[in-house]
Amino acid sequence: MKLSLHYQAWRNLRAKPLQTALSLALLGFGVGMVSLMLLTEKQVNDAFERNIKDIDLVLGAKGSPLQLILANVYHIDAPTGNINQRAAEKVLKHPYIDSGIPLAYGDNHEGYRIVGTEHSYVAHYGATLAEGQLWAAPYEVTAGARVAENLGLHVGDTFFSAHGLKDQTDIHTNKTFTVVGILEPSGSVVDQLLLTPMESIWYVHMEDGEVLDPEKREITAMLLKKRNPLAVLTIPNTLRDTNMQVALPAIEVNRMTQQFGLGTSALRAIAMLIMALSFASIFISVLDNIRARRHELALMRTMGGTPGTLYRLLLLEGGLLSVAGTVLGLVLSRVGMTVLSQVVEAQFHYDVAAMGILGSEWALAGAAILVGLLASAIPARRSLRLDISRTLSEA
Amino acid sequence: MRSYIQAHVWAAYLRNMVQVQGVQFQYGEEGPRMTFPDFSCQPGDRMLLLGQSGTGKTTLLHLLCGMLKAQAGILNVAGQDLRAASDREIDNWRGQALGVVFQRAHFVQSLTIQENLALPHQLTQGRVPSEVLDRMGSMLDRLGIAHRAEARPHELSVGEQQRASIARALLHKPQVVFADEPTSALDDHNAAAVMDILDREAAEATLVVVTHDQRLKDRYPHCVTLSPNQA
Repeated sequence: MKLSLHYQAWRNLRAKPLQTALSLALLGFGVGMVSLMLLTEKQVNDAFERNIKDIDLVLGAKGSPLQLILANVYHIDAPTGNINQRAAEKVLKHPYIDSGIPLAYGDNHEGYRIVGTEHSYVAHYGATLAEGQLWAAPYEVTAGARVAENLGLHVGDTFFSAHGLKDQTDIHTNKTFTVVGILEPSGSVVDQLLLTPMESIWYVHMEDGEVLDPEKREITAMLLKKRNPLAVLTIPNTLRDTNMQVALPAIEVNRMTQQFGLGTSALRAIAMLIMALSFASIFISVLDNIRARRHELALMRTMGGTPGTLYRLLLLEGGLLSVAGTVLGLVLSRVGMTVLSQVVEAQFHYDVAAMGILGSEWALAGAAILVGLLASAIPARRSLRLDISRTLSEA
Repeated sequence: MRSYIQAHVWAAYLRNMVQVQGVQFQYGEEGPRMTFPDFSCQPGDRMLLLGQSGTGKTTLLHLLCGMLKAQAGILNVAGQDLRAASDREIDNWRGQALGVVFQRAHFVQSLTIQENLALPHQLTQGRVPSEVLDRMGSMLDRLGIAHRAEARPHELSVGEQQRASIARALLHKPQVVFADEPTSALDDHNAAAVMDILDREAAEATLVVVTHDQRLKDRYPHCVTLSPNQA
């Protein structure tokens, strides 16, 4: 017959389903919210850091510097406008600039951006070919791994581009793009792009027979790597009288995460408050148990139970609640992450669904269980001072 | 520890199973000093501790069970010197050597009847031997509540609860059984039935019935009467 203290504690919790459910729900939501925030922060920070890799400056049209970064580094916002290719190449030749990768875009296929660029863009993110080859001629496309998977693209497939970054109404049916290669997953922004030569972007918007003046060619942005740290100070001055600007990804991302930080701090405070309420609930639950079950506890003493046995039993009840609530919280955060990742995937094509347990989550779980045990240990001390004679006389 | 207790139990057989001599008790510093009559029981004896309300029956019962500690006198039960033993020794001794039938049947409400019956073994030995389960089955059968073994305490009638309470007090084969007012709320017929059960099931133990019920006086000639001036 199973009658261990664990079993007794479990049965005692089951005997009060509403109280147990309330404590579990409070702790589950508290831990779940904090865990979800930790997961989201980790995923967002990882994605930002991965894609910012060695990009010191972004050259683009004047406007919001943050928008320039979000649009051209992360591809989650509309660009600030176009800039002249010749003018951009002049900046590239500045002695403080080491190298640059041009980007030109404005069309999409099924919501995935078609980006005109050079092979150095693929090399920059360390992406490799899974099949086929990199683009060589206009209208040839090498698809990122996630685009290919989600749209079911294979080498040899063809499609039309649509004007805009998401819209599917204005389709350029006169120009056919052909998939010539598929990239391996790289964990970077490249995974969600359709890459093609710059010429594809220019030609797709030209009438048949129209010739584009090389002096008037436009690009959307250029990702720059500096040779000299002074570039950060010098280059903006050289652009003062142009329609161009340079933005620093590290600074803009930092500014953005600080702004997010205000919101996440408020959310974290709410989550902590819910957790504190859950610990109070466990405290009250154990205290109430001692009051309501004092005759049972006294009876157990007459049957050979020591004060230590009763203390361990009450502690186990609080411990089981804490462990179950923490596990529930971690499960809830995974459910939340799955929902969130579907939204992010649909909106920005980013994959943020990481289900592994973070180091910080282990710490959170440990702290939640420890505080839960403390919340039950304090009232459980009353069982050590239980007066059996008086309690049984009251019955 | 077990062999230590067994040695003491054997010694008690050689002497008295219950020995009360010059026992005095006082609740706190201000409470009245209670003096109890001397008496003793041999192994297998049946005895009545009779007294009206306020004569200190419950206090004496709690002293005999080691729930209270006497300030003076000799108090030996089932080989245990209750004034000398530590709290831990008394806890363990109480679970193994004593069986207590309370006036109101108390149970752990979250456990089934058979789990409640097995609880003393779990608490004192950390496990429930299979022979105890066999003994429990036949005992519940004899008491007519075998079909209620899986029920929760609140699902039983008062009479069934009382029989289950008797089974729990006797299942671990205690040397001494204390019964606190076992017939106080029963009519003559049911009172006799309960006492028949107690006598039968506790045949091998020393039985001490603490009561104000005068009807039991004829049943147990060995009777100690507590008087108000003692309390």
